[in-house]
Amino acid sequence: MREKLSNLYAKDGTKAVLSSLISIVIGLVVGSIIILLVGMGNPSLGLSSAWDGIRLVFGGLFSTGRSAAGTLTFGFNPTNIGNMLFRATPLILTGLSVAVAFKTGLFNIGAPGQYLMSTAATLYVALTIPSESVPTVLIWILAFLSGMLAGALWGAIPGLVKAYLNINEVLACIMTNWIAANLVTWFFDGSALCNTAEFGKTGYVYKTSYNGVETFKMGLDKLFPGSQVNGGIVIAIVMAVLVYILMSKTTLGYELKACGANRHAARYAGIADRRNIVLSMAIAGSLAGAAAALYYLSGNTEFFWSTYQSLPATGFNGIPVALLAVNNPIAVIFTGCFMSILDISGLQLTNLTAYNEYITDVIIATIVYLSAFSLVIRMLLSGRKKHKAAAKTSSAVETKPAPGPSDGADEKGGEEA
Amino acid sequence: MTFLVQQTLIYAIPLMIVALAGVFAERSGIINLALEGIMIFGAFVGVYFVRYMQEAGTFAAAKEAGDWVTLQGFELLAMLVAALMGALFSLLLSFASVNLKADQTIGGTALNLMAPALVLFLIRILANQNTLQMAEGDAASWFMIKKTTLGFDRSAELGFFGTTFLHKVYLATYVCILLFIVLSIVLYKTKFGLRLRSCGENPQAADSLGINVYKMRYAGTTISGALAGMGGFVYALTTANCTANGDVAGFGFLALAVMIFGNWKPLNIAGASLLFGLFKCVAASYSSIDINGDGVYLLAEIGVSPHFYRMLPYLITLIVLAFTSKKSRAPKAEGVPYDKGKR
Repeated sequence: MREKLSNLYAKDGTKAVLSSLISIVIGLVVGSIIILLVGMGNPSLGLSSAWDGIRLVFGGLFSTGRSAAGTLTFGFNPTNIGNMLFRATPLILTGLSVAVAFKTGLFNIGAPGQYLMSTAATLYVALTIPSESVPTVLIWILAFLSGMLAGALWGAIPGLVKAYLNINEVLACIMTNWIAANLVTWFFDGSALCNTAEFGKTGYVYKTSYNGVETFKMGLDKLFPGSQVNGGIVIAIVMAVLVYILMSKTTLGYELKACGANRHAARYAGIADRRNIVLSMAIAGSLAGAAAALYYLSGNTEFFWSTYQSLPATGFNGIPVALLAVNNPIAVIFTGCFMSILDISGLQLTNLTAYNEYITDVIIATIVYLSAFSLVIRMLLSGRKKHKAAAKTSSAVETKPAPGPSDGADEKGGEEA
Repeated sequence: MTFLVQQTLIYAIPLMIVALAGVFAERSGIINLALEGIMIFGAFVGVYFVRYMQEAGTFAAAKEAGDWVTLQGFELLAMLVAALMGALFSLLLSFASVNLKADQTIGGTALNLMAPALVLFLIRILANQNTLQMAEGDAASWFMIKKTTLGFDRSAELGFFGTTFLHKVYLATYVCILLFIVLSIVLYKTKFGLRLRSCGENPQAADSLGINVYKMRYAGTTISGALAGMGGFVYALTTANCTANGDVAGFGFLALAVMIFGNWKPLNIAGASLLFGLFKCVAASYSSIDINGDGVYLLAEIGVSPHFYRMLPYLITLIVLAFTSKKSRAPKAEGVPYDKGKR
């Protein structure tokens, strides 16, 4: 079914794009309505500030601040675009992480935990190998790889308990997230990696540039002056292409997708379903790990180590990135950029108006909510008790998609039946 | 010991009531992954209601006069408001999963993302900071029941049970226990409960007997939302001193784990939540637990890192699930959208 679906998808690519665009527009409109309501309900904010807020929600990327007269100005802003690309890098990778798991019928809500474990591994390697005796390029590569490895190992845990002990992967992922948050805090608590050199920075781990390790810029900093952009975005795009090749052009990718479509049928066809579930989660984990590695190896980002009460939002935002991209690795590149545009808009909103960046999270949540409908058919088999639903006779569930009112899903449903 | 029991109850009771919320949804056939989000939303609404009422001065006279009965009524009112708004918020989930037959996991995740975002957005605008507090005083001075409020003398000796269950407690805790018992009876001993459960086991058969599956699922999810919203406020009131900050530290997910561990049965859930409450209590206040009252703080002195204690509830959940998941028996039709035309 997944195979058939992806064929359908190829044919109906435009429809998928259209339904994602509709979700995005509705999400932005909902955000604007909330801003409007809050603005009208609050005398100190008023309509004009609400109008400012709404304009920033839609065009935050092109905001250039406020003019002397106090009105918002818009225009081409290379710093914003460079920062957008920088922030898109981890989002693309966590998006890929969630997408790969989805293709195998698993919901990887554990990306935040994998991201954190990779952060710890990356920073540890990048900061402890002496840069006097080892070339920094080598350290960079080692740190990047160990980050991916840490993510993969952490991702494999929910995969293992799902495959062998039949624990719902969503719950397992959430528990591993919090365990990771505590482990990482424990790891850095009192460690020599905490920044003691700069005053007021004890809550942070040293930047990797402290040890001379930095991601190469590839001239992007010249293109977008004043921004944090670096070669990480190129690596992220290359990885997206690699994942696309893995999922669509290799036997392993086919097996993974077969497990996602129907685990039991896949086993009947001689595919090692358990191994594939673990493998899929490990790949997903390594991608989330790469996200953290690239983010912290950039050399100008700091990690606040006392993180036991909070999980990194980048991990969770991989979910909307993947959902919007309908789990297509290439589309993830664009939806990742879109999410980081929202991020930038949120920052502009905080800096330039009385509103704050959380409105962009509301918009993201709305988009996820809407994408739940358009995924009706695709996800009918997965969810908590997927295998059970499938086992229950040959269950009409698999053969007959439920009619969904959202247009894209409906049309696909029609062809499927 | 008194401290240990009270602290454990403080964590166990919200866990218990929210796990029951999960049971109502899942028994009707809807996976309510949004428990966490609804809790966050309920906590915010309850705290905001308290704050708003304080600013309006509605209960100022009662507070002035030390009329604790009215203040307890205020607390119950806030719980009710949180429950109503939680139910309202959960309609988003029922609409998506019953009417639109959407994927329930993603729908629930959307609500989980929505609640903290919306709540933090509003808190920032209302309070100019990331935490919403009461307008004046704190939970202890307004809502906590002490032995002096009950008319005992300050130096009165109430014995172990008296000091544990009557001194420095919240009415909300007991209301939750009562609700838990009543709703468990409703689920198992009434016509409504039987119909609800049948929709989670075999909706087609239920439908053939004239039960409206859609209505039942709406009912299950709405009750679930109300309980989770109330549980969120009770959590904020008793553990966070009546403040809301868009976070309940994974409590909604722990409740889901408790529900699975308790095998979707109220009695087992009550036991499981006490166990998890104990671990949560150890994690939160290991350094001040004095088990037999001899001034020896054992857990603080054996030298285990506090990070380990904080990790414990989640680690134990995972391990316990690993051991029990083979035996667990979920409602058969949960997570499967009901379609009349389907065989």
